[in-house]
Amino acid sequence: MKLVYFAWVRERIGIDEETISLPDNVTNVSQLLTWLKDRGEGYAAALEHSDVIRVAIDQEHADAGDSIVHAREIALFPPMTGG
Amino acid sequence: MVKAANISVRVQREDFDVAVEQKRITNGRRDIGAVVSFVGLCRDEQGTLAALELEHYPGMAQSELQRIGQNCTRRWPIQELSIVHRFGKFVPGDNIVLVIAASPHRQAAFDAASFVMDFLKTNAPFWKRQHLTNGENGSWVSAKIEDDQAADRW
Repeated sequence: MKLVYFAWVRERIGIDEETISLPDNVTNVSQLLTWLKDRGEGYAAALEHSDVIRVAIDQEHADAGDSIVHAREIALFPPMTGG
Repeated sequence: MVKAANISVRVQREDFDVAVEQKRITNGRRDIGAVVSFVGLCRDEQGTLAALELEHYPGMAQSELQRIGQNCTRRWPIQELSIVHRFGKFVPGDNIVLVIAASPHRQAAFDAASFVMDFLKTNAPFWKRQHLTNGENGSWVSAKIEDDQAADRW
């Protein structure tokens, strides 16, 4: 599964994207955020307030309870500030 | 009866010309009665902002703007809807975003343009970073609660 990061989430984690294999017990968005938070200092800093992090599954906005089992690309980013 | 709207979405680094974009929509048409064009520009924040950098999520930026456009044209009798959002580096005065809505009557065109901008602010994957005139670089612009409230009113 490919993970992609944007804006300050990308900066804190320190990479643009990565390919990961998830443990079987990580099946939805909120479990993914909890699991990622333990992967290191950068992840912990990026996900410190994980309730503000927005997630997109295969380029569509997703909610905390949405399944990630069949996702190909998951994006993590801060609230959007375009326009 | 208004026929199905044409929705055009572009995510690009290049600048746009409002007159050219508007002409593209109205050229040769006799059925359009109202065109509302909205342009969002980079402002200088009372002289404190030197430049803005806009990062985006390629692919999703395009598809999310398209989704917002479809939701808009389902709600109002819109004939043509055009959305152009730029990315890259901007200085105060530069164009950032353009929304043009064309309809037989003005209210639908006003509402449609407003709706697209409100949802673009909260849902389209773009992020601004500020470069200040005092030399400080790199702070990300925070999302505004008023933007969420603006989208909620629809």
